[in-house]
Amino acid sequence: MRNTLARIASVAAATTLAVTLTGCGSDDADTGTAAGDPVSAADIQAALDKGGELTVWAWEPTLKDVVASFQREHQNVKVNLINAGSGNDQYTALQNAIAAGSGVPDVAQVEYYALPQFALAKSVTDLSAYGAKSLDGTFTPGPWTAVNIDGGVYGLPMDSGPMALFYNKEVFDKHGIEVPATWTEYVEAARKLHAADPKVYLTADSGDAGFTTSMIWQAGGKPYRVDGTTVTIDFADPGSTRFAGAWQQLITEKLVAPVAPWSDEWFQGLGNGTIASLATGAWMPANLMSGAPAGAGKWRVAPLPQWQAGENASAENGGSSLAVPEKATNKALAYGFMQYANAGAGVGIRVAKGAFPATAAELNSAEFLGAEFAYFGGQKANEVFAASAANVVSGWSYLPFQVYANSIFNDTVGQAYVSSTSLADGLKAWREASAKYGTDQGFTVR
Amino acid sequence: MSVAVRPVEAPTNTTPVRRRSVRRPRRSPTLTLLTGIVLAYSLFPLAWLVINATKSRDGLFASFGLAFADDFALWDNIVETFTYADGIFLRWLVNTVLYVLVGAVGATFLATLAGYGLAKFDFPGKRAVFAVVIGAVAVPGTALAVPTFLMFSQMGLTNTPWSVIIPSLITPFGLYLMWTFAAEAIPDELLEAARVDGAGEFRTFFRVCLPLLAPGIVTVLLFTMVATWNNFFLPLIMLRDAQWYPLTLGLYTWNKQASTAGGEAVFHLVITGSLLTILPLLAAFLLLQRYWQSGLAAGSVKQ
Repeated sequence: MRNTLARIASVAAATTLAVTLTGCGSDDADTGTAAGDPVSAADIQAALDKGGELTVWAWEPTLKDVVASFQREHQNVKVNLINAGSGNDQYTALQNAIAAGSGVPDVAQVEYYALPQFALAKSVTDLSAYGAKSLDGTFTPGPWTAVNIDGGVYGLPMDSGPMALFYNKEVFDKHGIEVPATWTEYVEAARKLHAADPKVYLTADSGDAGFTTSMIWQAGGKPYRVDGTTVTIDFADPGSTRFAGAWQQLITEKLVAPVAPWSDEWFQGLGNGTIASLATGAWMPANLMSGAPAGAGKWRVAPLPQWQAGENASAENGGSSLAVPEKATNKALAYGFMQYANAGAGVGIRVAKGAFPATAAELNSAEFLGAEFAYFGGQKANEVFAASAANVVSGWSYLPFQVYANSIFNDTVGQAYVSSTSLADGLKAWREASAKYGTDQGFTVR
Repeated sequence: MSVAVRPVEAPTNTTPVRRRSVRRPRRSPTLTLLTGIVLAYSLFPLAWLVINATKSRDGLFASFGLAFADDFALWDNIVETFTYADGIFLRWLVNTVLYVLVGAVGATFLATLAGYGLAKFDFPGKRAVFAVVIGAVAVPGTALAVPTFLMFSQMGLTNTPWSVIIPSLITPFGLYLMWTFAAEAIPDELLEAARVDGAGEFRTFFRVCLPLLAPGIVTVLLFTMVATWNNFFLPLIMLRDAQWYPLTLGLYTWNKQASTAGGEAVFHLVITGSLLTILPLLAAFLLLQRYWQSGLAAGSVKQ
C-alpha cells in the first residue's frame, strides 16, 4: 500500500519534471554557456556576515551538529534543518515544490544518482559562478565526477560510498570459507556456504537498482552515456554481461537470501550470521553498528572481489551532495553554508560522528586511516575504504532520469529474482522501459 | 498501524430473551469456525504488535516473532519512544489529536448539516448536488492529493496544519450517509410540528433533529476519525517540517531512517510507537460502540 502510494507520488512528480524539461529543451543551446554573473568569495563572505534565514532539506543525521557549529560561527545566520523525507520521498517533495514555485529550500541533499536529473532540468544551480570549480582536487575523484555534469558543478559532495566487501569472519571461519578475491570465487563460496548450512546465505539480494548499477560500474560497464540530450542505454556491453552472468548463477541456484535490503529481516540476518557478506558503500559501518549490534566484533572488511584476478577496480555506491535549487532565494548564503559543511570545518564534525568523507584531505589523514573499528574486531577498515576510493573506475555516468529508472527497476530486473525471467532479459526490459520514458521526456535515446 | 473498520460486530447477546424463545437461533459449527478464523486473522497482527512492543532492540532480532523475548522492555520502550529525538513523538501525538479534533469533528458536523438539509428541504438543483456527491464518493482521495498540493502551495498553505485539516473537512461518503440516515430517522410530521410550535429552522435542527441523528453522527464520526487518524498520503505530500507531522508520517520516517547512510535503526521504537498510535483509536471504538449499537437497534425496531 505504502509503496503504491509512493509510486503514485513519484510518477506525479516525474510528470511535473517532464513539463520542466520540455520547457527548457528548446533553449538548450544557450543554457550550457550562460553560468550567470560570477559571485566572488568576498560576496559570499558578505552574505555570511549579513546573515539571514536558510532552509536546508537533508536527511543526513550528522548535519545537525554541523548546523549547530555553523550557527555559532555565523551568529546572524539561522539555519532551518528539515528532514523532508529520505531519498525518493524528498525528491518528490522537492520537485513538487519546484513545480509549485513556493516552499523551495535553499539547500537540498541530492544523491549522486539523482543529481543529473535535477541538473539537466536546470532545477538546481550551476555552482561554477560561486567558485565551485576552484574546489577541484578537494574531493575524491568519484564524487567530484558525479557533481560535474555537462560542464557545470551542480552540487558539493557531502559523502561518498567507495565499495568494499563486508563479511562475517566468524561464519566464514566456521565453514572454512576463504575471503573471495574474485567474483568467481565469490560464487564458489556462496555454493559452499549454503551447502554447509542451508540456513546461511553468502549474501542477500532481492533486486536493488543502486547495487546493480554499482556492480556494473565496477565490472567496467558503461551502460549509460549522456551527451547533452542524447542518451545511450546499453546493457549488452561486456561489463553488464559479466555482472549478469555471475549474479545469474547465484539467483538460479538460490544462493542469495530472498530478503529485501534495509528491511528489519535483513538487519536481523546481518546480526545473527544468516547473511554472511555484503558488498556495499563505505558508509555502511554506522548502519551495521546501529542496525545489527549482534554482529559486533564478528564482521570484517575486505576489498571488493575482482572480475579479473589481480586487478583492483572499485565503484561508488550511494553517497550524496548538497545542491542549491534554482528557485532558492539566498544562493550566496546557501553556498557559504555548503562550503562550510562539505569542504570546511563541517567535514571534521561529520567524520567524527561516523560519516564517510568525500574530501581527499580527510580521507587520507593519518587519524582517519588509523581509526580502529571495534565492530570490525579492531580492524583499520578506513584503509580498505580509502584504497577503494582511489580505485573507482572512471567514466561512469547515471541517466538524466535515473530516479524514474530506479523506480521501475523492480518491475523489470526485479522479476529475475522472483520468476523464471533471466537477469539479462530483465536488464533488456529495464532498458526498453527507461528508453521509452526518456523519449517521452524529449531525450534522444539510442 | 491501520485498524480495520469493522462496522459489523460479531453477534452478541443483545437480542431480548423474549425473542429468543420465539425463534431459537441454531448453532452452526461451520459459521462458528469461519468467524473464528476471521477473528484470529484480525487479531494476529495485533498480537504480534503487542508481543514485539515488549522487546528491546536486541531482543527484537534475537527472538521468535510470536514469542516473548527474555527481557521485558515495554516500559523502557515507551519511555524511549517519548524521549527519542527530543520527544518529538509527543508532538506528533498532539498534532494527530488536533487534526482529528478539528478535521474529523468538523467533517462530521458539516456532513450532518448538509445531509439534513438535502434530506429535508426541497430546492432546485438538488439532483445535481446528489450527482456531485455520488461522483465525489467514487474519486479516491489519493488522486486529488497532488492537485490539492499545487492549489494549496499557490495559496501558501502547504507545510501548515491547515493543509491537512481543510481537505479532511470534506467527506462525501459521510454526507451521503447522513443524507440517507436523516431521510429515514426524522419524520416530516415532527418537523411540521416543530414549525407549527414556532421553532426557527436552526432551533429545530439543533434541539429536535440532532438527538434523532445521534447514531448516524456517531457512525460518521467513527469513520472520519479513523480516516483522519490514519491519514498518511495527504500529510506526506503537504508537510515538510517534522514539527507538523501526524503519528503515521512520523513513524514512517523513523522506519525509513534505518535505510539511510548513517541513520539509526529504531525498529523497536517504530513498533512501540505503532502500538501507542492505535490505542486511542481502540479506546474511541470501545467508548462510542454503545451509542452505535443502540442506534442500529433503534433503527431496526422502527422499520
